[in-house]
Amino acid sequence: MEIRVEHLTKRFYDRGRRQTTTAVSDLTLTAPDGALMGLLGPSGCGKSTTLNMICGLEKPDEGRIFFGGEDVTDLPPEVRGVGMVFQNYALYPHLTVLQNILFPLENLKGAARPSREEMVRRARETAALVEIEALLDRRPRELSGGQQQRVAIARALVKRPRVLLLDEPLSNLDARLRLQTREEICRIQRETGITTLFVTHDQEEAMSISHRIAVMREGLLMQEGAPQQVYDDPACLFVARFLGTPPINVFSGEVRRGALLLDGRAVLEVPEAADGPVWAGIRPEGFLPRPDGPLRCALSRVEVLGRDVSMVCTHPACENGSLRAIVPSRREAEASGGAFALRPDKVFLFDREREIRIPFRAARA
Amino acid sequence: MERNNRKAWLYLLPALILLGAFLVYPLIDVLIYSFEEGFNFASQTYFGVGLYNYRYVLRDPYFLQALKNTFLLVLITVPVSTALALLISLGLSSIRPLRQLYQTIYFLPYVTNTLAVGLVFMVLFQKTEYTDGLVNLMLSWFGSGPVDFIDGPYWAKLFVLCFYTVWVVLPFKILVLTSALASVNQDYYKAARVDGTSRLRTFTRITLPMISPMIVYLVITGFIGAFKAYSDAVALFGTDLNAAGMNTIVGYVYDMLYGASGGYPSYASAAAILLFLIVLTITCINLMASRRQLQG
Repeated sequence: MEIRVEHLTKRFYDRGRRQTTTAVSDLTLTAPDGALMGLLGPSGCGKSTTLNMICGLEKPDEGRIFFGGEDVTDLPPEVRGVGMVFQNYALYPHLTVLQNILFPLENLKGAARPSREEMVRRARETAALVEIEALLDRRPRELSGGQQQRVAIARALVKRPRVLLLDEPLSNLDARLRLQTREEICRIQRETGITTLFVTHDQEEAMSISHRIAVMREGLLMQEGAPQQVYDDPACLFVARFLGTPPINVFSGEVRRGALLLDGRAVLEVPEAADGPVWAGIRPEGFLPRPDGPLRCALSRVEVLGRDVSMVCTHPACENGSLRAIVPSRREAEASGGAFALRPDKVFLFDREREIRIPFRAARA
Repeated sequence: MERNNRKAWLYLLPALILLGAFLVYPLIDVLIYSFEEGFNFASQTYFGVGLYNYRYVLRDPYFLQALKNTFLLVLITVPVSTALALLISLGLSSIRPLRQLYQTIYFLPYVTNTLAVGLVFMVLFQKTEYTDGLVNLMLSWFGSGPVDFIDGPYWAKLFVLCFYTVWVVLPFKILVLTSALASVNQDYYKAARVDGTSRLRTFTRITLPMISPMIVYLVITGFIGAFKAYSDAVALFGTDLNAAGMNTIVGYVYDMLYGASGGYPSYASAAAILLFLIVLTITCINLMASRRQLQG
C-alpha cells in the first residue's frame, strides 16, 4: 500500500503564548508500495510528528494523507489500518507476551472479530514471524530490549495493517543488538512485503536498511531518494553534512575561472561553476594521497581502525577544525605528507549564502 | 566492617531510643495490662493473670456496638471513598482548563480541622426545635419527611458518619490517584488508540492495572484509618458516644480509660489489643489478596 502525504502541515501552540511552532511544513512525500522508507533528521525536525499524523494520533492542520488511493486524513487510527511500534515499545507490563499480541485483535468488533481460536492462531503465527514463539508466556520486563522490540512489532502486525510505522526502532538498543535488529526489521519487512515507514535520527541506520530515505530539517523536507543517491548527490549542505561517517569535510572556498580555490590555491577544475564564494564539501573517501597533489594539508596523525586508514590533517580553509581522509594504506598516507588530489565526484560545491548545491561538470581526475 | 557497624548503630540510636520509649514499651505495657485481672490503678496491684479482661470486653454490649459500628464504617467507607476518588481523579486528569482550581478545591477538606468540619455537618444534618437542617430541607423538596440524622434512627446516624468519613478521606485519595494516573506513560494510551481500544477497555485493561499498586495502598491505609476512627464520631455526636450508640473501638478504648465510666486500663488494653489483632488480620488478608491479583 503506497503512502502519500501532500502539503502536510502541523503547527503547535506554544505554551501560554499566542505563537505557534511549525513542526511540519508543507511536506509532500511518497513511500512506494512495499518499500521500507526511512524518515531521517536531527531531533526536533518534525519526523515523529509526521509519523504520528500518518498514524492518526495527530491531526494535520493542512494537507492530505493517502493510503493507496484512499484519503485517510480524517479517519481515526484504528480504521486506517496502521501498525505502530513506539520508541519505548509501550508493551503492557501486566500482560504476557501472548496477551500483548492478542490485545489489538480483542478490540475488533462485529464481523471483523475472529473467533478465540483464530485470534490465538494468528497471534502465534505473527509471533513465529518475529521468532518469539518461545517467549509467549513471559512478561515484557523479563525480556531483553531486542525481544521487547520483536513483541512490539508482532503486536503491530497481528491486525494485518496496510502500513507499518516504527518510531526510532533501534534507539533503545545497544550497539550490537542494533545491527542484529536492523537485519531483523529488514527480514520481517521483506517477508510481509508491508509498506514500512520508520523514523530515525541515525543516518547510518537509515542508510543501511531503507529502500528510500527522506531527510528532514526544521519541518521541511530537504531531500528524498534512494540512500546511495542522496549520499552521492546531496541537494544541500545540510544533507551532505548529515549523511556519512566520518562526516563530510567542509571548506570555505572560492570558484574563480572554473577552478576551486581553497586558501587561495587552485585544487580542482570545476568547469561550468559560476565564480564566487562557496562551501566545498569533500567526502573522506574523496581524498587521494599524492605527494604532488594540489591540496596541501598539515598531517596531524594517521589512524588505523581495523580496515580503515584515516589521515587526520589540518587546513586553514577547513571548517571542521581538522579534516579526515580515508585512504587505501598507511604507506601511501605517510608517503603523501598530507598532500592530496581530489576525486571530483566526491566534491560538492554549495552556494555560500543559501547552502544549496552548485553543479559542475566533473572531469575525470 | 565492625567499626562501620558500630557507627551505624550509633546513628540509629536516637531514633531507636525514641521508638523504644514511646512505641515498643507502651505496646508491651498494653499487652501486659490486658492480661492483669482486677488491676487497681491507684494501688498498682492486681489479683491474677488471665483472659478475664478479654472475656469482659467481648461480652460488653457497648464494645459489641462499637465493633459493629466500626465494621460497618470500614466496609462502607473504604470501597465507596476509593471508587469515588478514582472517578473524580479520572475526571480531573481528563480536563485541561481549571484543573488546578478543582484540585485545590478537592484538597480543601484535607487541611480543614476535623471538629470544624464536624460542626458544619451538624448544621447540615441536625434537626433542632427551630430548623430541620439543610439536608432535611432538601429532602422535603422530594417529598420525604424530616429525618433526625444526629439524634435519630441508627441508619441515619450511620449514614452521616459514613458520609462524613468519605468526605474527609477523599482529598488524600484523589491526590494519590491523580498523581498515579499522571505517571502512567502516555504511550500506552497512544498504543491503545492505534489499536482502537474502547474507553472502557482502556480503563479496565490498561489504566486500572497500571495504577493498581496505588489502589492497594489506598485500600490498606483506608482500612487501617477507618478502624481507628474516633474523632469523626466525636465531631458529629459529641463525647458520649455510647449513649448515642455510635461509639467506635478506639472510642471504647478511650472511654474505658478516661470516660465517665472509665478508669479501667485493663479493659481498655484488652480492647486495644483486639483492635490490633483485627487490623493485623485484615491487612494481611489485603496484602495476600493484592499480591495474588498482581501476579495473576
